[in-house]
Amino acid sequence: MSAVRTGLLLLLAVGGLGVVLTRDPLRQAIVVGLYGLLLALLFFVLQAPDVALSQIVVSTVAIPVMILLALAKVRRHEGDPQAPRRRGRG
Amino acid sequence: MTARVRMIMFAVGAGGLAALLLWGLGGLPAFGHFNGAYALLIDHLSVPQRHATDAVTAVNFDYRAFDTLGEEFILFTSVAGLAVLLREQRSERARPSDAADSEHRFQGSSFALRALTVMLVGPIVVLSLYVDSHGALTPGGGFQGGVVGAAGLLLVFLGGGYLAMRRLSPHGAVESAEAAGAAGYALVGLGGMIFASAYFQNFLELGTPGQLLSAGTIPLSSMAVGLEVTGAFVLLWSEFLDQALVVRSR
Repeated sequence: MSAVRTGLLLLLAVGGLGVVLTRDPLRQAIVVGLYGLLLALLFFVLQAPDVALSQIVVSTVAIPVMILLALAKVRRHEGDPQAPRRRGRG
Repeated sequence: MTARVRMIMFAVGAGGLAALLLWGLGGLPAFGHFNGAYALLIDHLSVPQRHATDAVTAVNFDYRAFDTLGEEFILFTSVAGLAVLLREQRSERARPSDAADSEHRFQGSSFALRALTVMLVGPIVVLSLYVDSHGALTPGGGFQGGVVGAAGLLLVFLGGGYLAMRRLSPHGAVESAEAAGAAGYALVGLGGMIFASAYFQNFLELGTPGQLLSAGTIPLSSMAVGLEVTGAFVLLWSEFLDQALVVRSR
């Protein structure tokens, strides 16, 4: 069990670094969701399934959706040619 | 300041922080050897006293139900504040929505993908109700189930488009659901004052541990919080969606 915990903690360290080093906010929204899933796995291994469930719903649904919708608004506002005017990328 | 000096300062700072963290974490008890009495007490008391097999939910919705009331109203007020902030401003206008219907589909989404998304809506709503109602028995409860339920409505948007989601969750109904859930939870507490002796004291039959209708007021509280959280998240996302898709600056 201890090996699983150590492995997960190392993965989380790598994942956290990955979130920071991802420069494109659009990709970052996805990466941060994956990072949240890893965190939920750690909570589960630490025998806190209630917290793990909260972590899953917040980090994979609630936060990425808000980031993506905010990005859609900002990009359209800036007239980013990459994001067509009418497009929400939710 | 040159890059070299910056790197040296960073190395000193990061090294110091790492040393402090290691020093601090080294003194913590090992995993599973927590010394506090409260967790052990709850672990032994939640089944005999409250007939709830999930100790965490027993704490959230019974032993510390008053704390949860505060947390619930944090979510309520922050979403209300967001709705005020993101409403249509004077310098903006909402686009006529009939033209929007065909437009708010995602590029490259096939019929199969959309159909699969819509097919998932039903199971996810059922899962949400399951997590809501089994809070006292298994991990989960009102908050988790509530967000899952809101995610079901979000799938309607992803698979069916913006207007389908708005038709299924009109603003007024979502706001009412959120408010009814928040008020319902506070009323469960008030019921404790009327039918028992204190705010949030249990006043229902405790039932057999492990059965769906057991643990007194906990399932009731959990359902109320689930309704509030679903309403809050759907409202939150539809305000964001409105901003992203419908509201234009003049």
